[in-house]
Amino acid sequence: MKLSVNGEDVMLDGPCSVARLLRHYELDAAPCAVEVNKALIPKREHEGHALGDGDIIEIVTLVGGG
Amino acid sequence: MKAKDELTMTQTEVKPPATPGTAYEPLKLGHCTIHNRLVVGTGKYESYEIMRQALDASGTEVVTVAVRRDRLMDKEGRSLLDFIDTDRYTILPNTAGCFNAEDAVRVARLGREILEQLNNPGKSWVKLEVLGDKKTLLPDPMGTLEACRELLADGFSVLCYSNDDPITAVRLRDAGATSVMPAGSPIGCGRGIANPAAIMMILELLKDPAAGGEKDYPVIVDAGVGAPSDVAMGMELGADGVLLNTGIALARDPVRMARAMKAACEAGYHGARSGRIAKRMYATASSPWEGVINPIPGT
Repeated sequence: MKLSVNGEDVMLDGPCSVARLLRHYELDAAPCAVEVNKALIPKREHEGHALGDGDIIEIVTLVGGG
Repeated sequence: MKAKDELTMTQTEVKPPATPGTAYEPLKLGHCTIHNRLVVGTGKYESYEIMRQALDASGTEVVTVAVRRDRLMDKEGRSLLDFIDTDRYTILPNTAGCFNAEDAVRVARLGREILEQLNNPGKSWVKLEVLGDKKTLLPDPMGTLEACRELLADGFSVLCYSNDDPITAVRLRDAGATSVMPAGSPIGCGRGIANPAAIMMILELLKDPAAGGEKDYPVIVDAGVGAPSDVAMGMELGADGVLLNTGIALARDPVRMARAMKAACEAGYHGARSGRIAKRMYATASSPWEGVINPIPGT
């Protein structure tokens, strides 16, 4: 399955949920928010939201800003 | 000796002159009430440690942050949130970097999602920025208004970064913006309040009941602050607060500058509430004319 994650192409084997993707990046315990195809996926739905081939994913966090 | 003792006693009995307290009246900003009038950004500091010290020195209780892609595999192991006490500070996420309403709404929702995980009081807040272009970083008024409406409908308290245009400010207020935050001058430019008359008009239209405003409607001067005097001016004009980042973060000594900004904010706040004297063309003597021992020219 080919995904775009934060602008990078990523190949993953087998079915993958948002939660599994976050574990892959070791972000499952970090404060972050996830968007799939421009739709916010709330944390409570991370486990159940299955990713599909071609999905565009944004994983964001908080950084310094004014 | 006795006389000296008496003199000493007299001196110790002199009470210091009454000074205005530094306590601010609470300021209601949507679902939050704050007790300080400086909102300080967390960007551009040389290090997280200096940022933490500067935030502490500024006395702020609200800090702004941005929402950005996680670095994923490129982590250094330190993140902004390791250096912000989320029990102490209310976090105000911004939509900086957005150039249309759709993107600003997306980013606002992403910010809220993170703050909900942190259970921070800022979770229903957003500092809305819809920018016109990268050079000026001035707001796109139409995009700001559109995004403001959408975010309000989605339950946000929307603090709108705005141009210093009085009519835009009125339109945002009428749309239900929690606060209008006119730019003193472009973000990060350090020119202070470029058009004080425009800020005065905004304050009158939004806060003066005689002009259709409400006394308690919050107006915060946002952006362009370079020096403490800029903060003092904004507060003296009657703003409810000042939001700044670069003026502290890029000062040679950010912690000391943060302290100065804090003092300036307090000075302006109390000055605005103390009834300044009218400006006159000519002098009025502070010492009495009566009893002058010498001839006075012209009399």
